[in-house]
Amino acid sequence: MIPELGHFALILALVLSLVQAIVPMVGARRNRMALMAVGRPAAQGQLVFIVIAFVCLTWAFIESDFSVRLAAANSHTDTPLIYKITGVWGNHEGSLLLWAMSLSMWTVAVTVFSRNLPEAFMARVLGVLGWISVGFISFTLVTSNPFERLLPGAAQGRDLNPLLQDPGMIIHPPLLYMGYVGFSVAFAFAIAALLTGRLDAAWARWSRPWTIIAWVFLTAGIAVGSGWAYYELGWGGWWFWDPVENASFMPWLLGTALIHSLAVTEKRGAFRSWTVLLAIGTFSLSLLGTFLVRSGVITSVHAFATDPTRGLYILALLVLVIGISLVLFAWRAPRLAGGGSFGLVSREASLLGNNVLLTVACAAVLLGTLYPLFLDALNMGKISVGPPYFEATFVPLMTPVVILMMIGPFVRWKGDDGGRVVRKLALSALASVVLGVAIAFAIDHVSVRTVLGLALSAWVVLTSAQLLRARLAERPGVAALVRLRGIPSAWWGMWLAHLGIGVFVIGVTMVGSLTADLDVKMSEGQTAGLAGYTFTFRGATERAGPNYDAATAIVDVERNGTRIATLTPEKRVYRAQRMPMTESSIDVGPFRDIYLSLGEQVESGAWVVSIHYRPFILWIWMGCVLMGLGGIFAASDRRYRRLAERTATATNAKHAG
Amino acid sequence: MKAKFLVPLALFVLLAGFLAYGLTLNPREVPSPLVDKPAPAFSLARLDQPEQKLDLEQMRGKVWLLNVWASWCVACRQEHPFLVELSRRNIVPIIGLNYKEVRGDGEIDARGMALDVETALAVERARGWLKAHGDPYTWSVLDIDGRVGIDYGVYGVPETFLIDREGVIRYKHIGPIYDAVFRDVLLPKIEELARAG
Repeated sequence: MIPELGHFALILALVLSLVQAIVPMVGARRNRMALMAVGRPAAQGQLVFIVIAFVCLTWAFIESDFSVRLAAANSHTDTPLIYKITGVWGNHEGSLLLWAMSLSMWTVAVTVFSRNLPEAFMARVLGVLGWISVGFISFTLVTSNPFERLLPGAAQGRDLNPLLQDPGMIIHPPLLYMGYVGFSVAFAFAIAALLTGRLDAAWARWSRPWTIIAWVFLTAGIAVGSGWAYYELGWGGWWFWDPVENASFMPWLLGTALIHSLAVTEKRGAFRSWTVLLAIGTFSLSLLGTFLVRSGVITSVHAFATDPTRGLYILALLVLVIGISLVLFAWRAPRLAGGGSFGLVSREASLLGNNVLLTVACAAVLLGTLYPLFLDALNMGKISVGPPYFEATFVPLMTPVVILMMIGPFVRWKGDDGGRVVRKLALSALASVVLGVAIAFAIDHVSVRTVLGLALSAWVVLTSAQLLRARLAERPGVAALVRLRGIPSAWWGMWLAHLGIGVFVIGVTMVGSLTADLDVKMSEGQTAGLAGYTFTFRGATERAGPNYDAATAIVDVERNGTRIATLTPEKRVYRAQRMPMTESSIDVGPFRDIYLSLGEQVESGAWVVSIHYRPFILWIWMGCVLMGLGGIFAASDRRYRRLAERTATATNAKHAG
Repeated sequence: MKAKFLVPLALFVLLAGFLAYGLTLNPREVPSPLVDKPAPAFSLARLDQPEQKLDLEQMRGKVWLLNVWASWCVACRQEHPFLVELSRRNIVPIIGLNYKEVRGDGEIDARGMALDVETALAVERARGWLKAHGDPYTWSVLDIDGRVGIDYGVYGVPETFLIDREGVIRYKHIGPIYDAVFRDVLLPKIEELARAG
């Protein structure tokens, strides 16, 4: 009964999304307030029903109702409660429902927080979001009904894929989806603006906080996914250039470009057609990512069972959404000429430079991801594109991005004196190169990659300090604390996010340079050494987990005779699917991780132990945390709140008058 | 409408075309020139009785699996418990092709080793391994120098071939087999072939 209730609620949500898609649009076209006003309640009602549907599906998982096909395929009575719940989105149907629910949440957030948009504009935004919602809910209902019954019901479920039974599963997909789907808001604002022809600074100011928040979610989602892959897959890597990782990274790159382009449009009214195109592109890549993951055209660890009708449906959706918006763009964008002019050395020029580089980097990732498909389609053979391609193209493209991103904030809008900028930054540039070379020698690893990485991170850190000092010098004679507090949070956001890139580059460089690995056969009492640490194998014991059996090894880690940690890597076999899993054990530290995973049992009492030494790997994720914090600061800038208040007063005044 | 604003649309149409075509392709299917061709003949020493040989012809009339394995292969150990269970279920006979047992092991320098010494070592290692982990194989045969492996286009261990009554290869699976692969891919094919006969 409850699954049917969920199914019915989802159908009602579809009906409401159709209302939201059509009625406010018609209202905006005919300038009828009553019709436009339908958008908000329709969107809010839709969320209520999607949440009901989602709760019903979760109930089937929690109660182990294996007459629901999805629960039978992805759950088990012995599965721990938390993985029964996360199992809801650990499959195609459930993750689509999560997608639709995120979209609905974003839409309702728009109705709540952007209350002060002009009514006609809001109506169009809600209309666009409504159409996307229609597409995804109908996709779920028609091709991938999560509530489908299995008659007669299964006696026992097949359990959730053991790879997904991990705390990462609890937050990674929801964060990632909130990021992906969040760009739909910037997209809807762009389409609404194209429809009205009103692409001005106000539009950029409205879109910006939404774009940044979506970007923060996506950053967090990607970082959590990378951390999860790091400790789960058992060989100490943190990024694999897997097609699905790329699918989330492409919108991130373009979204980053969009945030910066919006800044120029807001401040100077320039780049308007470019900004619109980026807004369309970012969301299109989110959709493309969904298509790649859901259709199975590309092999990946993330691909669920594939079904051609699903692929076709979502491709049709993709073509409709992106096709229509690009036609609209081609039709309306030519009118968007103008904006402030700017010189070759100016804030605009540096932002444009980085925008172009980020877009090219995104295109390079897209090409690498789809290249196997292109060749296959042209009958030129089956190949796969691996990390060497991505590293070879990505590093040269991102190096100027990192350099430029720290010059930009020092350059004035409109035009600046090149000599002044060079004089200001020459010392930092020189110091960065010297530091890069010196540290490379100090860690005894002199290679082009290492020197480049270290010099780049030194550049970011030094110029960040310089930037902060310059900012504080703007108000001489005022107490330092007052001066610090006087800096708007948008500036702090920029500063933190850029610093985060520097911290991230330190992590990547050190991991890439000083990583050490050792695979060694060990039996009780034997020791092995790596990177100055001594590892003593204390034997392996067997234990029974809730839904798996495990062999747990005990390994003592020592350095200079003192014990640092006792690590317990495991080998698990999950009972329901008989799938073997490696559970690594990590001693996390600020300057290095010691990472152990248990290989095979070679003979009685002897095991293969993989020992990995990962210097500074935590900095990679700390960098992401700083970027995310930067985004939060930027989005919470006072001027967005002031804007909301001001518009509110203006609207009220108008109504009163 | 200026032409340059149509560029994004044109690029997208091209991309969508490729994506649509991509839906008809299966990226997982590594083409094997051997599928639907007669299995290459072999006659190899049996692991349990090395003086006796097992011939491809002896398997005629049966639907069976040829599983390529070696004791040095890590992934084989992953799939092994499943094979053991599969053999208990008596669905399909599994013949093991023990592939380069000695010279495939990177830790042993087999150059200059006489063939009979190598064979004896291979027998000892392979038997010991099956004793420790269970023996799912109806028979295992020894491909000491890997020549039969070359005939079968083996390029990684483990690999599994499904061979029908006429001795024709019907499917090739690269990498370890586990529940889902067997249930969703191999079992339907096995049932179909069993019915066909």
